Amino acid sequence: MRFVSITCEQREAMLAVVGAKTVDALFEDIPPAARLERPLDLPDGMSEIDLARHMRGLSARNRHAGDTVVFAGAGCYDHHIPSVVDHVVRRPEFFTAYTPYQPEVSQGTLQAIYEYQTMVCELTAMDVANASMYDGATAFVEAALMACRLTRRSRVLVAGSVLPEWAQALSTYASSGLFEAVTVPARGGAVDPGLVRESITEDTAAVLVASPNMWGSLEEVGALARAAHDGGALLVVAANPVLLGLLEPPGALGADIVVAEGQSLGGSMSFGGPGLGLFACRSEHLRQLPGRLVGRTVDVDGSAAFVLTLSTREQHIRREKATSNICSNHALNALATGVHLCALGARGLADIARASMAKARYLRDGLIASGRFKAPWEHPFGYEFALTFDGDLSGMRDRMMERGYLAGVPMPSPEGETVVFAVTEKRTRQEMDAFIREVGAL
Amino acid sequence: MTEELAHTPEGAPVRGPRGLVFEIGAPESSCVLGPALDVPDLDSATLEELGLRQRPPRLPHVSELEIMRHYSHLAEMNFGVDNGFYPLGSCTMKYNPRIGEDACRLEGFAGLHPSQPYSSVQGALQLMFELQEALAELTGLPGVTLQPAAGAHGELAALLVFRAAHIAEGDPRKRVIIPDTAHGTNPATVTMCGYETVTVPSGPDGLIDVDTVCSLLDDQVAALMLTNPNTLGLFEKRILELTEAAHAAGAFVYCDGANMNALLGRSRPGDMGFDALHVNLHKTFATPHGGGGAGSGPVCVTSRLATYLPAPVAVRRQDGTFALETPPDSIGRVRSAAGNFAVLVRAYTYIRAVGGDGLAEVTDQAVLSANYLKERLKDVFDVAQDRTCMHEFVLSSSSLKRRTGVRTLDVAKRLLDHGVHPPTVYFPLVVEEALMIEPTETEPLSALDAFAEALASVALEAQTDPDLVKGAPYTTPVRRIDEVRAAREPDLRWRPSD
Repeated sequence: MRFVSITCEQREAMLAVVGAKTVDALFEDIPPAARLERPLDLPDGMSEIDLARHMRGLSARNRHAGDTVVFAGAGCYDHHIPSVVDHVVRRPEFFTAYTPYQPEVSQGTLQAIYEYQTMVCELTAMDVANASMYDGATAFVEAALMACRLTRRSRVLVAGSVLPEWAQALSTYASSGLFEAVTVPARGGAVDPGLVRESITEDTAAVLVASPNMWGSLEEVGALARAAHDGGALLVVAANPVLLGLLEPPGALGADIVVAEGQSLGGSMSFGGPGLGLFACRSEHLRQLPGRLVGRTVDVDGSAAFVLTLSTREQHIRREKATSNICSNHALNALATGVHLCALGARGLADIARASMAKARYLRDGLIASGRFKAPWEHPFGYEFALTFDGDLSGMRDRMMERGYLAGVPMPSPEGETVVFAVTEKRTRQEMDAFIREVGAL
Repeated sequence: MTEELAHTPEGAPVRGPRGLVFEIGAPESSCVLGPALDVPDLDSATLEELGLRQRPPRLPHVSELEIMRHYSHLAEMNFGVDNGFYPLGSCTMKYNPRIGEDACRLEGFAGLHPSQPYSSVQGALQLMFELQEALAELTGLPGVTLQPAAGAHGELAALLVFRAAHIAEGDPRKRVIIPDTAHGTNPATVTMCGYETVTVPSGPDGLIDVDTVCSLLDDQVAALMLTNPNTLGLFEKRILELTEAAHAAGAFVYCDGANMNALLGRSRPGDMGFDALHVNLHKTFATPHGGGGAGSGPVCVTSRLATYLPAPVAVRRQDGTFALETPPDSIGRVRSAAGNFAVLVRAYTYIRAVGGDGLAEVTDQAVLSANYLKERLKDVFDVAQDRTCMHEFVLSSSSLKRRTGVRTLDVAKRLLDHGVHPPTVYFPLVVEEALMIEPTETEPLSALDAFAEALASVALEAQTDPDLVKGAPYTTPVRRIDEVRAAREPDLRWRPSD
């Protein structure tokens, strides 16, 4: 395939205007030793028919949510996405646009993000939300950095119950030497607010937790907020945005910064990426907020208009003094989330949270009753829960995948290796009964 | 808000913003209903233990038709590559092939969970592995991670790799040298990675001053961070001297790969002596910008540095199967997933669509189109550097401003009335009243000519009726925006009392 529209004849005419005999002449600034003097060692181009066949062939070598029953979560969930979401996202005015730096011709993106910011504030019960970040994990890290700037302290306490990938991202960023991340161990399915309180020192900028956590358990957010605040630290909470439709949001429980992975609101799983980093804070912390922000104002005629604002926080203005190096946001994913939440409304979101939680309890009871799984603890949970398996976990997952089930995500714990199952509203009783029967018979 | 009618001087009405989505629909409206519950519902004791929301979130309440109408209206107020010429310098706004959109939505790609056993995702892992191999061939840097979510994220991953390598060799360092033409993400990344930025001025020829760089290279310099071609669209001719000098001082050299569209098949950063670079798949490899993301910023490094790459990377094992692995001395993850996979699928599709020869043609045409436009415009505006450029070039409205009072901002806004997206403005910082123009290879000649004529006509208007230009735009959904008010009285969310 070829996407260049200029013809050979036009190319000659252009060369004449430029005053060059050949295209090669335009590359003379490249020193000979740095020139590639051979053709690229890449396959030849393909026709659309062949390429479509090739891509279908590659995709057919994967099992996927269309031919397997997904009981896995750990930050990436198989929720239903209303048809209307992708029909909006496929509007080329949205997906072929750049960052809305020219607001007069970007009101669509800008208004959609302003509405998205509002929805994130409403879900989390926070004052301000940014235009989004790369994913939940990077939003979590940015929250730690923001807390360090706000408190002028350089140590963060991270709960041992945070998803391993998120904790690893935090520790990778900490290798900059700018801050230190100290883990507070979690036992019995959650972190102990008393232990957190004891671990806070005068250089603790923030306590970082996830609720629900890596095992699906809900943390005691209110008690954690009191512990953090008593020590002069901030509380950062990573939430599940679907559960926020039904359960008390971290903002109402004392959190200072709330982040979340937003994929479950209108994003396909797509092997985990792109995700969507929800990020919300209190208005008094606005000046240290990382990432883009859209504001509402007026144009010269007095019409309401939207624009990127408060950009003196950002890298293109502040360079080495910026709040973050982030330049982009996940705008198209934020658009999808906005449409998704329109399609569900508050009632639809609450229904989905409730259905997912009810089904998760049905599966958990069934798996325990099968005799192959045990509950390592009893702790309040959302629609994800941890069990221990009395056999080879990895072998069980492989064999269940052959039978068409993605059987949870392995997750370490101080009480031994667990497998964490997620159950969304898409799962049916029939699927769960069959899974319980088949896994029990392994 | 009620519907506003903004009038052009010619009197053609344009629809401006309408109400927010929160303000339409009846309170009892809804669109998608939850499934009928086929298991026992939660009992009230459980709900109480979990802690129910005191107040439901105030989300929109709209029907499906109202959703489509609302977002269709928003789309109509937006400008994308499909709407017209988008010559944003350093952003490579090329056409986004539709087959990539179809490919990434195949169930066998869109429906993958990241925790699936490798045996169940061999097609996805093969795609990732082959994309890594293709990027290694194109850049001359054999170690590749697809993990970073964006260019700036790739910069961060790479500088942390440098840091890890220096520390492993018992030689931790403090500073990173960047030219004054650098993208803002470069110095911001330097800070986030715990280094100090040392800024080096460009010479009168628009190139980095090699002697100054050499005088600054000492045993505390961790890296030299360059963009090549640089943001003036010029190839750093003395690149080999620069990379040799940096290496001799024990520093690494980073290439901001935003301008890779100028190099495909012509020159490879690895062969110039760079130790690492990020590639913007959403620029060079035709994946959509999406109004600001999601993009993807893979990082390519030398074989020496590959051991430090973020985890995981795709590998082909001896038995021919594919897997994800953590490099031995990995700096760790920089985010959750192995990459922005849906973007990787699009980029892979593009590379396979055009092939090796096609990619070389992309660069040849991008560079020719930029030089052609520069020739057509050099008598109308000042050219920052009047010599052969690569895939982009920078004009200046300095003389125009002196003569007429019309600034680059005014020129940009007046271009909107011509149905053209303005170039990047006021960047690079070293050029006064800069207009940075990158046509890309996909634009037809007629679009290039129409743009040249539009810029010429704006320049003429600036002479004859400067106030007309200063008042532009007139035909857009909204007109010039009160950005000061936006910043002074931040209104960042809707509230029902509004």
